[in-house]
Amino acid sequence: MVSTTASAATDWPETIYSLLKQYKVRQVALVPDAGHSRLIKRCIADNDMDVVTLTTEEEGVAMMLGGWLGGARGVLLMQSSGVGNCINMLSLGALHRTPMPMLVTMRGDYGEFNPAQVPMGQATQTVLEAMGTLVNRADKAEDIGAAVEATLKFAYNTYRPTATLIGQRIIGAKTFGKD
Amino acid sequence: MQTESGKLHRRALVGAVLEGRGDLAVVAGLGAPAWDITAVGDTPLNLPLWGGMGGAAMIGLGIALAQPDRPVLVITGDGEMLMGVGALATIAVKAPKNLTILVLDNEHYGETGMQETATRHGVDLAAMAAGAGIKNPLRINTAEDVPALKAAIHAKAGLTFALAKIDAASLPLVLPPREGAVLQARMREAMLGPQAAYE
Repeated sequence: MVSTTASAATDWPETIYSLLKQYKVRQVALVPDAGHSRLIKRCIADNDMDVVTLTTEEEGVAMMLGGWLGGARGVLLMQSSGVGNCINMLSLGALHRTPMPMLVTMRGDYGEFNPAQVPMGQATQTVLEAMGTLVNRADKAEDIGAAVEATLKFAYNTYRPTATLIGQRIIGAKTFGKD
Repeated sequence: MQTESGKLHRRALVGAVLEGRGDLAVVAGLGAPAWDITAVGDTPLNLPLWGGMGGAAMIGLGIALAQPDRPVLVITGDGEMLMGVGALATIAVKAPKNLTILVLDNEHYGETGMQETATRHGVDLAAMAAGAGIKNPLRINTAEDVPALKAAIHAKAGLTFALAKIDAASLPLVLPPREGAVLQARMREAMLGPQAAYE
C-alpha cells in the first residue's frame, strides 16, 4: 500500500477497495455517501461481494453479526450522520465479540457548510468510543490506506467494532453553489 | 395449537415449526421469541438475542448470504419487527432464497407490561412485507397452515415472510445462555466446523 501524496489524493477509494479484497471482505453494507461513491461502484462491480444498500445504518451493524456467524467478513460504509443511527445496535458487537469494521466519511467536520451536519459530525468519534469502538482518523489522503488497514486488522484479529473516520479535509465540503 | 382466544399458542407453533429442523439456523428476536426457541430446545444453531432490538431480520440476512445452501429462519415479535421494519425493504431487494422471516404477532410489547403495538390497531406486517416486494406472504392462523410454512423454510426456493397471529398470554420464562461470545462461537462452530475458532 505504498502511494505517493499526489496519487493518494485521487486513488484512495481504490486503495480501500484493494484492502477489502486483501482482507477477504465478502459483505459490504452501506448507506450511500458521496465520499464513498467510487468505492461503492467498485464493490458493486465485484461478483464476489454481496453489496447491501441499507434503509438505515444500524441494519448494517446487525448484518455484520449475521455475516460473521456464517463465515463472511463484513464492512459498513456510511457517512458520519449514520453513526448516530448505529449506537444501540453496536451493543451486539460488544456482547457477541463480533468484528464490525466501519469506514466513515465525515460531515460536520473541516469546513462544513451545512449547519445540520455539525452536531452529529462533532459527536461521531465520541459516541463510537462510548460504545466500545476503536477509532482512528485519516485527515490526509496518504494516511487512509494505513488507517483502514488498521481498522480491518483490529476488527478481524481482536473481534470488536472498529472505525476509520475519513476527514472532510480530504473529501471536501459540499457548498450547494454558495462558496 | 389453538388457544381459547382462537389464536395460536406461540410455543406450540414454534415447536411444530422447529420439529425435524435439520441444518436450519434460527435467529430469535429478544424477549419471548428467544424464550420460545429455547423452550423447544437450546442448540448451537440457535441465536437467541438479548439485545439489538430491530436487528433480528438483518442478522438473518447476513447469515443467509454467507451460507446460501443452509435454510435460515428468523423468528421475532411484532414490536421487534416494527422497530426495524425498513429491513423488509433492504432484505426484499437482496431476496436470498434460503431466508424466512416469521413474525409472532401478539399485538403487544410482552416484556414491558403488555402495552399495545401498532399491529393491535390495524398495522399489517404481512402487507408491509408484500409492499416491500416479498412475494406471497404467508398468514399462519391455524395448525393447518404450518406445513406450508415448513415447506417454504426448507425449500430454499425464495425469500419468505410469514405472519402468525398468536395468543398474547405470557408463558414461563425459559432463558438461553446470556454470554453473547458463547452464543456466537457455538453457532460459528456448528456452521463452519471446529476451524472457526482459529479464524
